[in-house]
Amino acid sequence: MLEIRNLNYTVKDERGKADILKNINLDIEAGKFVVITGPNGSGKTSLAKAIMGLIPGESGEITGSIKYNGQELTGLGVTGRARLGISYGFQQPPRFKGMQVTDLLSIAAGKILKRDEHCALLSQVGLCTDDYLKREIDTSLSGGELKRIEIATLLARDVSLMIFDEPEAGIDLWSFSKLTETFKIIHKQKKETTIIIISHQERIIKLADEIILVSAGAITKRGSVEEVLPLIMNETVSDCVYLGGAVNE
Amino acid sequence: MNDIEKNLLLQVADLHDVPMGAYNIREDGALHSRQSTESIEIITKKDKPGIDIRIKPGTKNESVHIPVLITRTGYSEMVYNDFFIGEDSDVLIVAGCGIHNGGCETSQHDGIHTFYLGKNARIKYVEKHYGEGSGTGERIMNPQTVVYMEEGSYIEMETVQIKGVDSTKRHTKIEAAAGCEILITEKLMTHDKQTAVSEMDVLLEGEGSRARVISRSVAQDESEQTFYPRVKGMSDCFGHVQCDSIIMHNAKVRSIPEISANHVNAQLIHEAAIGKIAGDQLLKLMTLGLSEEEAEERILSGFLK
Repeated sequence: MLEIRNLNYTVKDERGKADILKNINLDIEAGKFVVITGPNGSGKTSLAKAIMGLIPGESGEITGSIKYNGQELTGLGVTGRARLGISYGFQQPPRFKGMQVTDLLSIAAGKILKRDEHCALLSQVGLCTDDYLKREIDTSLSGGELKRIEIATLLARDVSLMIFDEPEAGIDLWSFSKLTETFKIIHKQKKETTIIIISHQERIIKLADEIILVSAGAITKRGSVEEVLPLIMNETVSDCVYLGGAVNE
Repeated sequence: MNDIEKNLLLQVADLHDVPMGAYNIREDGALHSRQSTESIEIITKKDKPGIDIRIKPGTKNESVHIPVLITRTGYSEMVYNDFFIGEDSDVLIVAGCGIHNGGCETSQHDGIHTFYLGKNARIKYVEKHYGEGSGTGERIMNPQTVVYMEEGSYIEMETVQIKGVDSTKRHTKIEAAAGCEILITEKLMTHDKQTAVSEMDVLLEGEGSRARVISRSVAQDESEQTFYPRVKGMSDCFGHVQCDSIIMHNAKVRSIPEISANHVNAQLIHEAAIGKIAGDQLLKLMTLGLSEEEAEERILSGFLK
């Protein structure tokens, strides 16, 4: 169970102060699949980063409380939160020269994985194993490949909360359809695992148990796909697109 | 062998005891032990310190280990080892030097390894340098490697210096005839006030010769590194030089790859990059449950793998 209370995040900018997150209050029950969506710059990524502890202290001021399974996260670093079972899929995962896919997956798993364990993880994200085991995580990997390996690092860990920041960004359409399939399977197989995905994509939004709409740093709507999606689609027509566009078509 | 010697041997040759096949273990300037085989003969030089290693043509799947151990503080040496690799052979050669300096005087190993590769001969040459010991005396190693390659021969050269060498000046020179292939991987880590200079001259003389040089280094603390890999294309050839360095703390790194073409069909590329560990790399590994220190260590060990 994730409980966020009165979460505010303020940064200093040239005009003085800017409120990135405004009084966010949010409970997400264990095992839920939640999609956070909203226009660019609305604070979605900041909210996700605040949960993982990825906002550097010097960047601004964060107030409020985030509890995970009853434990207060404020004051805990990234490592501490990770060890509580929280994981984070980066929008733009970093590359590691010299490090092989198997090395990264073993780090994620916290033990040296056997070949068949690597294979199981990579096949879950639709990568043909033999081609990837010894590949280095460098510029030779495409954006889509890197993104799928990023998801595999989350699957390799025994976690109870998975946060994905725009998993569709930077990947091609073909990889994207595989990706939605992957999320569907994770949700089906890991029933206790909470999944939070930040996304603009209708196909990912449609997978959710609940949609949270964020706008100008605040939660403006929560509800089921049936309740919220029509609202988004209406806005999309009247106020230009904020759905779509993230996938390189 | 005592524990110090055994550890040096493990560090520079991955050996727990005397190796299989041909070997020559040199310790503080004297022969510790040696074994020749039917195909690989090791002979002491008569005119200067060092050995000749003669590998018969057609020798395949054999190895030669020639580690050098220095455990005496203040000991300095200059060694000349010549390798004559017969035609069509395919062998592994593991050299390397480990210095344990527990005293206050400088211990130094300088060596010139000269290889003569016969036609279509293939070798993998591994050279590891390692220093340890709590003494204040410096540990210095200055290796020179000279390789003359006949047609169609191949060398894969892997040099590794990860720890404990205060000062090193390395020079590698390779002359490649037609159809030769060269793969050099250099891995270097310096720390404290260490200095390292690595110069390389690869001459692609023959048609169809190819060279790849991959240099990866990590400079920590106050250490300084300089790289001068130079590849010269004298014919229809291919050369690629790639230098990557991670810089940390107050270290200094200079990287000056040079490619020069003396032939219209010479295709030469160089890349060089120096940078610190990226913040998002650390954060990614921390989201996997590693501490910042553990993350840094994993990034460096992956980079120098």
